[in-house]
Amino acid sequence: MSLLGALANRFAWARPIWTTISRPSVYFSFGALVLGGFVAGIVFWGAFNTALEATNTEKFCTSCHEMHSNVFEELKSTIHFSNRSGVRASCPDCHVPHNWTDKIARKMQASKEVWGHLFGTIGTREKFLDHRFALASHEWARMKANDSLECRNCHSAQSMDTTKQSPRAAEAHERFLFTGQKTCIDCHKGIAHKLPDMKGVEGWQ
Amino acid sequence: MSRLLRSLLRVALASSLGLAAPVAMSQSAGPDGGLSLPLRGPTPVADPAPAPRIQPIRNTAARETRNYPEQPPVIPHTIEGYQIDLNGNKCLSCHARSRIRESQAPMISITHFMDREGQFLATVSPRRFFCTECHVSQTDAKPPVANSFIDIDSLITHLKAGGSAK
Repeated sequence: MSLLGALANRFAWARPIWTTISRPSVYFSFGALVLGGFVAGIVFWGAFNTALEATNTEKFCTSCHEMHSNVFEELKSTIHFSNRSGVRASCPDCHVPHNWTDKIARKMQASKEVWGHLFGTIGTREKFLDHRFALASHEWARMKANDSLECRNCHSAQSMDTTKQSPRAAEAHERFLFTGQKTCIDCHKGIAHKLPDMKGVEGWQ
Repeated sequence: MSRLLRSLLRVALASSLGLAAPVAMSQSAGPDGGLSLPLRGPTPVADPAPAPRIQPIRNTAARETRNYPEQPPVIPHTIEGYQIDLNGNKCLSCHARSRIRESQAPMISITHFMDREGQFLATVSPRRFFCTECHVSQTDAKPPVANSFIDIDSLITHLKAGGSAK
């Protein structure tokens, strides 16, 4: 009883607020409250989505020097940045799921990356290189688990015309991709960024 | 005629000793026997010459003839973006002994396991780790100088047919 009393004292400041919000409205009509709530909902939802999309751009990702001077620099020389047709992938194309619920889940995970940025976990090139294997392993594990979903958002096996590929690529895709034996990331590690020490990674020496 | 053949023989012998490149370069002659144009084209010496177009890499994956037995086989495919450094070797993820069953690629030769005393190691010798020191991709670029190299088989055939060795 004394515990409850202590709790009541602790939240004494909240009592007038609770009294206000638990009573029916005296001044506003039911319609105004419902419509107002609806409109406010749209505004808040729009603001949330706008903020979400704003954090889902390459400009936002590379505004941190960790991303800008390490992984983004490395991306620039690869085919996902510079190629014959000029179509390119930006950071979230590969690193953030496009599906809404998965995207929110990933965004919540990314709060740890904000922590890392604030405390300089990979604040220098040396620290980044020390963490590279762990960072890369997370991405490989995610792509392995979702059957390389982010690759397949653009590279569909159904639309892949092996007659237009080099004989080597066509054979590998026919043997391993179309049969479902392997998924993209099994063979295509390190295509967009430099690799960490690959000792012990399957398929590497 | 005999002078030409002698020089050809010298080329073939030298190249079988692994000296093909410098000797072949010194034999670079235009169709009329002399250099027809400088390598940099008709641009005057003081001016910067236009950069030649970058040629696409031959990407057939079909093995190419070696010009002499010791020649490091050329790479018949593109290796763009293949990382070869302390962290890993992309080539070995197909051409390593343990990978060729899956990849069906040719295994790196046994000489790559030898150290410089000729002792065989269990894994690839560090001195043979950096593939592109010897193996290179090919383009279909037009050579700037003519190459009069003939391989030893052609020479032997020529001699067997009663041709002069001089």
